Amino acid sequence: MTVAPTDLALLGLPAVPRGGLRTYIRRHPTMIIGGVLLGLMVLMAIFAPYLGTVDPQALSPIRRLRWPSAQYWFGTDMLGRDVYSRTVYGARVSLTVGISVALLASVIGLVIGLVTGFSRWTDAIVMRIMDGLMSIPSILIAIALMALTRASLENVIIAITIADVPRVTRLVRGVVLTLRELPFVEAAHASGTGFFRILWRHILPNTLPPLLVQGTFVAASAMIVEAILSFLGAGTPPNIPSWGNIMAEGRSLFQVAYYIVLFPGLFLSITVLAINLLGDGLRDALDPRLARRM
Amino acid sequence: MFAYIVRRILATIPVMAVVALFVFSLLHLSPGDPAVIIAGDTATVDDIARIRQKLGLDQPLYVQFVTWVWGLLHGDLGISIFTNLPVSKLIAQRVEPTLTLTISTLLVSILAAVPMGVLAAWKAGSWIDRVVMVFAVLGFSVPVFVLAYVLIYVFAISTDLLPVQGYVTIGGGLWPFLSHIVMPTLALGMVFAALIARMTRASMLDVLAQDYIRTAQAKGLANDKVLIGHALKNAAVPIATIIGIGVAALISGVVVTETVFAIPGLGRLTVDAILRRDYPIIQGIILVFSAAYVLINLLVDLSYTLLDPRIRY
Repeated sequence: MTVAPTDLALLGLPAVPRGGLRTYIRRHPTMIIGGVLLGLMVLMAIFAPYLGTVDPQALSPIRRLRWPSAQYWFGTDMLGRDVYSRTVYGARVSLTVGISVALLASVIGLVIGLVTGFSRWTDAIVMRIMDGLMSIPSILIAIALMALTRASLENVIIAITIADVPRVTRLVRGVVLTLRELPFVEAAHASGTGFFRILWRHILPNTLPPLLVQGTFVAASAMIVEAILSFLGAGTPPNIPSWGNIMAEGRSLFQVAYYIVLFPGLFLSITVLAINLLGDGLRDALDPRLARRM
Repeated sequence: MFAYIVRRILATIPVMAVVALFVFSLLHLSPGDPAVIIAGDTATVDDIARIRQKLGLDQPLYVQFVTWVWGLLHGDLGISIFTNLPVSKLIAQRVEPTLTLTISTLLVSILAAVPMGVLAAWKAGSWIDRVVMVFAVLGFSVPVFVLAYVLIYVFAISTDLLPVQGYVTIGGGLWPFLSHIVMPTLALGMVFAALIARMTRASMLDVLAQDYIRTAQAKGLANDKVLIGHALKNAAVPIATIIGIGVAALISGVVVTETVFAIPGLGRLTVDAILRRDYPIIQGIILVFSAAYVLINLLVDLSYTLLDPRIRY
């Protein structure tokens, strides 16, 4: 999307400041907001046991369905489990899924994209397969794969990764196809640089910025897909407190105890928003058209 | 032009072939015996044998594939394991609510999002632009079911304006129909509208920077004529493209929205099939949804020539 210059105007910045990327990032508020929010979520996930939480699985039928209070900050669910503790621990699951899927899909997509970008006959075959897979809505791929395997966090990550690989592949291939025709690659080739050295030194580094941006969006969508899968009963096993699972459990009680759905939903939305803001900021910061003006 | 249409239609064949191959191989790619997986944990040896025989899993792989594709080409999507009814019949029974919800969402999102994007681009940098961009970012970030529950809380639980869930066909009266479809449409349309608003704004900004827009303004043409007649018309192709691509998000959202609002459509059929491991239904639904997605994007591609007469093939 070619929105970069006006996004700046939107943020009240008259022009791109001099002084390189660091100054630019410092003056880019949405990226900072996204980064800080995401950082807080990561810290919360890491230090979950020290944040006034109790065992997220501890049952206490006597204290079931208590409304949020000083003792139970987010209330308790129908089994008397503390919703606050479950929500805080749920961040671990969502962030694990988001980060794992983003890393796995990026690495696999990068390798396939590099190969197809350089080899004409693999390109013809692999890209037809990718086109086909991309016409299946990714949530259906994940649902189909999950219906076949046993519910586990690893299988959720694998299923979402498989659904996301075609999009990453297409992006990397597109970048490689553009790059290989550019004069500097031709020059490197003419001066006798070997194929792998061109790939490693000239092509690969240039695919990383768009891949980084794409990675943030993959992470955000993976977290939503995980929540949807768990919500539909095809995701993380019910004994793991993921945000989708907590919401699925609160579904039937929504009219009497809406807070069970509200809090994990809120945390999921904030985390996805943070990653999206970060991704938008990164895209503007790394946009080559913009970089030329800096 | 005619040659292009034929070529474009033929190009969907390999895509659908890959989809069919994927759907077929799903059962065989999975680790372990598909019959055992489908039968579940409590199955007896007889159950497994029965399922194996019913799905034709006892035959060689190529025979299974040929039989399956032959059936597909004749509209036979197999037999549901749980209900013993043909999958094509089960799907046909559930199409109406899903189609209604999807069409109403498409209409509402496009009618709301395109003007938003146009205004945002026209008043770039103003508060209108900021509001639209905030909407666009939020629309991407709030998952469908979270938004659905917020709507239910506001309009059904705390104010009692709309029914909590359920579905009424248009034949059941206009108000009952509308009151049941409003919340699902809004919940489902948010992501889609955010996507379209964002693309409309970006595409309009590109066009508004062109010389012919300045010329049109310089000759004293009214703002609305410049915006609609000159700018939006030229910005239409990327908007049509994103609408086609966004249908994938719409299909994902339908499954969730129907679950939250208890709408008896294809999404609910999917969820029931997952819980019962009724694999022929899941396969059939993937094929139908993917075919719909491919078809819509084919129509979008063909619409380019109408939207922009400069495009000739």
